[in-house]
Amino acid sequence: MKYSPITEIDKTIMFEEMKITGFSSLVEDISVKTEISHIPDLSEMEVKSHFQSLIQKNIIGSKTFLGAGAYNHYIPSVINHIAGRSEYYTAYTPYQPEISQGTLQAIFEFQSMICSLTGMDIANASMYDGATAVAEAAILACSSTNRSKIIVSETLHPEYIKVLETYLINRNISVEITNIHQNQFDENTAAVVNACPDFFGVIKDYRSVIDAIHSCKGLYIAVADPISLALLESPGKLNADIVVGEGQPLGIPISFGGPYLGFMAAKKEYLRLLPGRIIGATIDKEGKQAFVLTFQTREQHIRREKATSNICSNQALCALRATLYMALMGDKGMTSVAQRCLENNRYFKETISKIPGFHINENEITYKEFVLQTPVPAEEINKKLLADFGMIGGLPLSKYFPERNNEMLICTTEILTFDDINQFVSICKSFAA
Amino acid sequence: MSKLIFEHSQKGKSSNIIKTTKAPIKSLPKELVRQEPIGLPEIAEIDVVRHYTQLSTLNFGVDSGFYPLGSCTMKYNPKINEDMSALSEFANVHPLQDESTIQGILELLYNMQQHLNSIFGYDAFTLQPVAGAHGELTGLLIIKKYFESKSESFRNIILIPDSAHGTNPASATSVGYRTKSIPSGPRGGVDIEALKKVVSSTPNLAGLMLTNPNTLGLFDENIIEIAAIIHQAGGLLYYDGANANATLGITKPAELGFDVAHINLHKTFATPHGGGGPGSGPVGVTKELAPFLPGPMITKTANGYTFNNPAQSIGKVHSFYGNVGVVIKAYAYIVTLGSQGLREVSENAIINANYMMERLKPYYTIPFGFRTCKHEFVISMSKEKKEHGVRALDVAKRLIDYGFHPPTIYFPLIVSECLMIEPTETESRESLDTFCDAMIAISKEIRETPELLLEAPHNTPVKRLDEAKAVKEPKLTFASFCK
Repeated sequence: MKYSPITEIDKTIMFEEMKITGFSSLVEDISVKTEISHIPDLSEMEVKSHFQSLIQKNIIGSKTFLGAGAYNHYIPSVINHIAGRSEYYTAYTPYQPEISQGTLQAIFEFQSMICSLTGMDIANASMYDGATAVAEAAILACSSTNRSKIIVSETLHPEYIKVLETYLINRNISVEITNIHQNQFDENTAAVVNACPDFFGVIKDYRSVIDAIHSCKGLYIAVADPISLALLESPGKLNADIVVGEGQPLGIPISFGGPYLGFMAAKKEYLRLLPGRIIGATIDKEGKQAFVLTFQTREQHIRREKATSNICSNQALCALRATLYMALMGDKGMTSVAQRCLENNRYFKETISKIPGFHINENEITYKEFVLQTPVPAEEINKKLLADFGMIGGLPLSKYFPERNNEMLICTTEILTFDDINQFVSICKSFAA
Repeated sequence: MSKLIFEHSQKGKSSNIIKTTKAPIKSLPKELVRQEPIGLPEIAEIDVVRHYTQLSTLNFGVDSGFYPLGSCTMKYNPKINEDMSALSEFANVHPLQDESTIQGILELLYNMQQHLNSIFGYDAFTLQPVAGAHGELTGLLIIKKYFESKSESFRNIILIPDSAHGTNPASATSVGYRTKSIPSGPRGGVDIEALKKVVSSTPNLAGLMLTNPNTLGLFDENIIEIAAIIHQAGGLLYYDGANANATLGITKPAELGFDVAHINLHKTFATPHGGGGPGSGPVGVTKELAPFLPGPMITKTANGYTFNNPAQSIGKVHSFYGNVGVVIKAYAYIVTLGSQGLREVSENAIINANYMMERLKPYYTIPFGFRTCKHEFVISMSKEKKEHGVRALDVAKRLIDYGFHPPTIYFPLIVSECLMIEPTETESRESLDTFCDAMIAISKEIRETPELLLEAPHNTPVKRLDEAKAVKEPKLTFASFCK
C-alpha cells in the first residue's frame, strides 16, 4: 500500500501473533461503520500532472504591486535549502531536548534576533500569524492590567481587526476602533493597539500616545513591520510594552496567505503572562550549555483551563526561515532592503503625482506602501497592467472599504526596479484625466 | 555545544543578497530614524549554511528514524507533497489577487473542502484554522454563536473527559466557557453514569468535547449513547480529531453524532510538523452549524470558483484563508491515496498498534490491554517505579540510546507513569519488531542494571538538562546570555 510498508504476508504474521483471523476483529467496538464515497487515487506521476493543470489556472505576474499584509520580498536561496532539511521539518515540537537541540537553538536565536530588532527584553517562539499575535497581545494586556477595554487604531490591517474582534468579544473584552490620539484613554483601558507603518503604509511619531497610555497605566501594543525596523526607531526605544507583527517578510513565501509567522516580544515583566512556547538556555548534567522549552507552567498541557492561551504550537519552520533571513542579511542587508522599499516608494509617489487625475496625500510619510487616488476604478488600471505588462497591480481599497472605489493601495518592495514603476506609471497615463 | 550564530559574527563579513544602496534617506524625519544598530550578526554565507546544517544534525525527525510519539501521528511526510506546495504558482500567489487570476488555487481549496466533507461526513469544512487548538477555538466559537442565534446564550458549560488534551479546557476558557471534568470508566471510555449525573445537574450545558479514539487509544463503545445524552440535554457534541488516523474509511464523526469536528492535517494527512508548526486544523460542521463558519468559504458557481461569507459567521480566526501551503500538501496526500488508500492508512495504523501492544504485553503493564486498541496504546511504569525506581522518563531517555524517538510520556494524566505509543501505518513490521525488541531488552535492564536507564541518554550531543535552572535563572536571548 502507498506509504505503508505492511505487506499481506506481514499482516498474516501479525494476525497470528495477535491470535486473530483478520482486521475486523480489531474494530468490533466501532459501532457505526461507513465508507468514504469515491475519491480516485493517483500515482505520483499523475499527481504532478493534476497539479500542473491546477497551477495553469493561477497567474502570479512578472512583478507585483500588491502588499496589504503579504509582501513580496526577495527570498535568499539558502533559506529553501536549509529549511528543506528534513531534520528540521519532519521533527515534532522539541519535547526531548537531548535530540532536539537543532530546533531549540535555532528558535533561541530567533527569539534573540526578534528582541534586537524590536528593542524588547523577551520574545516567544512565535505565534500563528500577525493577526493572532495582535489578539493574544491584547489578551495579555487585559490579564496584566485586570481591565477589559482595548483601543484599536482604525488604520490597523482590516483582517487583524476582524481577528481581534473574534478573539476578544467572546472574552467580554470591549474593542473600540478609532482614530488614535493621546486623549482617549482612561482607567478602563487595558491597552492601545497601533500599527506603524499602518495598513496604508503611513509612519508617524507616536511618542505622545505612548506617554498618554502609560499615564493611564495601560499598555502600548506596537504592531510593526519587521524589515522597516532596520530604519525606524525600535518600539522598545520608544517605550512600547509589547511588540507584535507579521514575520512573513523575513524569507517566507506569500503562499496565498499562509503559513506565516506571528512574532511577539515584550518587556520582561510580562514573561509569565506570555502565550506560546519559550526557549531558554540552561546546562546539562555535565555542565554543557543547552536549550530547552521553558516556563511551561503558563501552558495548556500543565495549566489546562488556567493557561495563558490555548496555543500549543509555534510556527517553528517559519521561525527558522526568519532566523536564516536575518542571519544572512545582517544589519547591512536588512537596512538595504528597507532603504530600497522606501526609495521605490518615494520614486513612485513622485512620478505618479505628475499624472493628471492621480493623487497622493503629500503630507503623509510612507514606507513601502501608499494610497493612490485614481480617476477610474482601481480594477480597470490593474486589468490593463496585467494585459499589457503581465504585472499584478495594487489592492483596490474597495476590497475592505466598499466606498473607496477610486483608490488603490500600492506596495513598493525592493523587488521592483524604477523601470517596473515606470511601466506602471505609463499605464496610468492612459487613464490620465 | 554549538556556538550561537552571534558568536560567529565578525566585522566586515556579509553575504551578497542585495546591493547596498547609497541613496540618502531624504524622506524620513530624524525623530523616526533608528539610532542604534539592530545587532544582527555579520557572517559570510558559507558560515550561515554550515551553522544551520550542523544544528540540523542535532535533531531527530521522522526521516531519521522511528518516532512513536503518541497522539502526534508522526507518519512519513511524502516528498511529492513538499514539491507540490512549493510550485511557484502556489508559493507566489497573493491572497488578495483578483479572483480571475487565482482559479487554480481556489479549485484546489474547494476540492479539499469537498474531500474532507466526504471523509468525515460533514456538510461544510473551513480550512482557516491553522492548528488543532485553533480548530478547537473555532469550533467552540461556532457552538457559542449557534446558541446565541437560538437565544440560548445561558449555555456556558463544556464537559471534558479527564483523558482529554489540555488544549480542550484551555480553548473552552478562551471563548468564555467554563468546564467540568468527566471521569473515565473502568473500560477507559467516558463513565456513562457520571456523565448522566453531571448533565442532569448542568442546565446550562453547551456541549461535550470528546477525542475518539481517546488518548488511551480506545474507541468509546458508548458513543451513540453519549451523543444521545448530550443532544437530549440540548447540548452539542464536539469531535477532537487528534486521533482521526484510526477512523479513515472505517467510521465518520458526523455519523457518530458529532456536530462539529476539527481535524489535524499535520497528523492524519501527513503534512510535516516542522519542529512545532506550521500545521492546519480544518473544522467540519453539520448543516445546522454551517452558517456560523468563519469566512470566507470557497464556493463553485457557473462562472468559476469564488469566495463567500457564511450568513452568521463567527468572523475571522486568522488573516486571509489559513495555512494554504499546508492544505496543499494534505490535498496532494488525499488525491494520492484515494478513498481505498485512506481506509488502508487506518487499517494498518490499527494493526501496527495492536501488534506492538501484543508483543509488549508479557513485559509491561498495559492498563487497558484487555481491549483492542486503535492507532495507539498506553503502558504504565508505576510498578517499575515502585520496585526499581525507574520512571517513564527514564525509559524514554533509554530508548534514545537505542536509536528511537521516545513515545509521549506522562500523558494522559489518568495513567500514572504513562508511556503512550503510536506507531502509525508508515512503519514496517521490521521497524516495529526492532522497537519491541529494544523495549523488551529495556525491561530486563530495569531489573538488572537500572543505572543504565537513570543515566540515559548516553550518546546524545547533550545529556539530561537542568530544567529548573532555565526557570530560576532565565536566559531567553543571546543578550541575557552575555550578561
